[in-house]
Amino acid sequence: MSTAVIESEQPGGAEEAPIQSFLVTFNIRRFDPEVDAEPRWVDYDVEMYPTERVLDALHKIKWEQDGSLTFRRSCAHGICGSDAMRINGRNRLACKTLIKDLDISKPIYVEAIKGLPLEKDLVVDMDPFLDAYKAVQPFLVSHSKPETGKERLQSPEDRARFDDTTKCILCAACTSSCPVFWTDGQYFGPAAIVNAHRFIFDSRDDAADVRLDILNDKEGVWRCRTTFNCTEACPRGIQVTQAIAEVKQAVLRGGR
Amino acid sequence: MSTSTAGGVVKDGVHYHQFDIVIVGAGGAGMRAAIEAGPNANTAVISKLYPTRSHTGAAQGGMAAALSNVEEDNWEWHTYDTVKGGDYLVDQDAAEILAKEAIDAVIDLENMGLPFNRTPEGKIDQRRFGGHTRDHGKAAVRRACYAADRTGHMILQTLYQNCVKLGINFFNEFYVLDLITVKDEDGATQVAGVVAYELATGELHVFHSKAVIFATGGFGKIFKTTSNAHTLTGDGVGIVWRKGLPLEDMEFFQFHPTGLYGLGILLTEGARGEGAILRNASGERFMERYAPTIKDLAPRDIVARSMVQEVLDGRGAGPHKDYVYLDCTHLGAEVLETKLPDITEFARTYLGVDPVVEPVPVMPTAHYAMGGIPTNNNAEVLRTNTDVVPGLYAAGECACVSVHGSNRLGTNSLLDINVFGKRAGQNAVEYVKTADFVPLPEDPAAEVRDLIEGLRANAGTERVATLRKTLQNDMDLKAQVFRTEDSLTEVLGTIEELRERYKNVHVDDKGKRYNTDLLEAVELGFLLDIAEVVVYAARNRKESRGGHMRDDYPKRDDENYMKHTMAYLTGDPHSSDAADHITLDWKPVVITRYEPMERKY
Repeated sequence: MSTAVIESEQPGGAEEAPIQSFLVTFNIRRFDPEVDAEPRWVDYDVEMYPTERVLDALHKIKWEQDGSLTFRRSCAHGICGSDAMRINGRNRLACKTLIKDLDISKPIYVEAIKGLPLEKDLVVDMDPFLDAYKAVQPFLVSHSKPETGKERLQSPEDRARFDDTTKCILCAACTSSCPVFWTDGQYFGPAAIVNAHRFIFDSRDDAADVRLDILNDKEGVWRCRTTFNCTEACPRGIQVTQAIAEVKQAVLRGGR
Repeated sequence: MSTSTAGGVVKDGVHYHQFDIVIVGAGGAGMRAAIEAGPNANTAVISKLYPTRSHTGAAQGGMAAALSNVEEDNWEWHTYDTVKGGDYLVDQDAAEILAKEAIDAVIDLENMGLPFNRTPEGKIDQRRFGGHTRDHGKAAVRRACYAADRTGHMILQTLYQNCVKLGINFFNEFYVLDLITVKDEDGATQVAGVVAYELATGELHVFHSKAVIFATGGFGKIFKTTSNAHTLTGDGVGIVWRKGLPLEDMEFFQFHPTGLYGLGILLTEGARGEGAILRNASGERFMERYAPTIKDLAPRDIVARSMVQEVLDGRGAGPHKDYVYLDCTHLGAEVLETKLPDITEFARTYLGVDPVVEPVPVMPTAHYAMGGIPTNNNAEVLRTNTDVVPGLYAAGECACVSVHGSNRLGTNSLLDINVFGKRAGQNAVEYVKTADFVPLPEDPAAEVRDLIEGLRANAGTERVATLRKTLQNDMDLKAQVFRTEDSLTEVLGTIEELRERYKNVHVDDKGKRYNTDLLEAVELGFLLDIAEVVVYAARNRKESRGGHMRDDYPKRDDENYMKHTMAYLTGDPHSSDAADHITLDWKPVVITRYEPMERKY
């Protein structure tokens, strides 16, 4: 249990020093494909400050206790999308989950995101996720050439129409929180639909009908059960379920 | 038994692939090169990360180009600002290319689909940024093309989207660890490809190619407080160094003024471009004293130094008086939410400070390497001051053209990756049309195998994280914004000691699959090699210029130092005395239009 209080000064931290640190227990679902037949839960006690993040805890374990703990991370401030994982049963980015926002009177459970093949510890195979993304033609398709050396014009209002879905960092937190995706890996999943939305509603794009056709498929938007898990999971605050609903409406309308 | 699904011909447990062009790194420069190379030559992009994880995505504020969409501007003013911003160590012919080709580079991205912010007329909107001025310094100019405060994210996504569209061949989570070179009969270096370690399987892959483009990014992780990703360990720069090829201007590292206090997470200069103000503990707008004309929009080296000076003079804020404030409160919630949404969220999430109502604690953070692998204007890698290695290219932060001189202007790096990434791709395509494959040497993966297996088998007791932390702490203390002969000599001593201890480094994970423990040990080797060059070159430059501030030599000294540093690995690379294996030389600066002048803002 994790209520022991350690008095010391936090390195960096804008508040009055000293700041209390706590001994926090992390229960991590580990899997070494070269040794384990099944994943297993392993406990680690880590000294943490309230303003630190779960990624800091994983680093402390890896750097001070067990170097074999394996996870992806890069930017460490929520824009590269490497470290999506299930923390206490919710999909989050480890680098954006602060210790003070978790109940540290109980162990914190950390495991890989669900629905994608588990490779090792917190690492999953991202290729099926990216295949679904690639299948919706996530790139601008325009049948007219812009004037040489000039930008295509777009009003601020037209630009705002798809702003929300441009924020996607392809972390897979949404798709791997979706119960439909868990039971049917063929479903495109929220992230692919978000990225389709980003182009369907871009006034410069001419391939909305192609993408709507793709997403009208039996594994497309109609599989969405509007459970809102994806919207809750999105670390970028994208209104994912709403974006899916807008794509559904566009399918029914037969166009943007 | 191989578990790799990446293909290639397997011989003695090593996978062999053949491509005309191999691009190492899938950030902005690598993918911009791939968009040129992919449709015109058999091309592979090899990346340590999935492409969209690259740190180009962290760039926030904008990409400079004199489009004149919102006010009068021209590329010549942009060239001048770049040269002056770099404290005249910029190669002026290269800066002119950068500024001229900026316009097409932005238009290319828009045409590829990049969702820039727009003016009411529907054109690409532009905003102010540090050091970018109208008519040679008269006033700040709106030159930065932007997409909220996530311009880098949009560039990375747009480039990746276009790579998907073009069907570019990616090898993701493949860690390139060696450049395969062969000496021709005259002793000149020829390129035959690269060797990569596949993270998923631990297997080695030889990529036999006619041309190699390095686009591996920076090495901010030599410092503790940095805006850089954990993965920015200077691998590409380190590989080239270990091959005996030179590195240029390594002493020049940029410290971005506004890192979140204690964390180093970047808050864009675009905030100041939109009107945010730096204040000391008493609320004074101190930049008025240091740069009376453009104040908070002075170039980064000047602002960072001014901030540290305020703290040293006792005017810092907070319980330890060790930071200053970035005040955005007068901008209003709407500007923050629409033009600076990400940094607003960073401050709220990581410091619990809401920029709408309170000023944000900030201090400089290690941000960008001006130095790197020397190239000419065609992105060809130099092996001497004048001779190139045929078929070898570098672009982006890992390269030194030099368009940034001793201090890069904000928004010029997103520009650099696009202009010189494109040039690298185009020139590699031309090269492979007529070049032949250089035959591979016997067992080209031997050195990498020795490196990997040596680390895996090492029974030493040193921990990677301990050595890395010691390096980073000491670099922050002794080689950051202010440097002296003594501080640099001390940190060089630390590095030499760490290089010795690194020989006894131990990894816990002995496995093959996703061995990130081993990966971090390899990365630490590159960090130590690079930090040594940075500090050794910094100690040798007894002047202050741009990002390199010597307290003991506070003036710029054009008579003795108006030249680029060229560092070479010579002698015993494993010796613990830098003087035994680093040789420093100089390279002239290209001056075309602008004679060096005192730098005032």
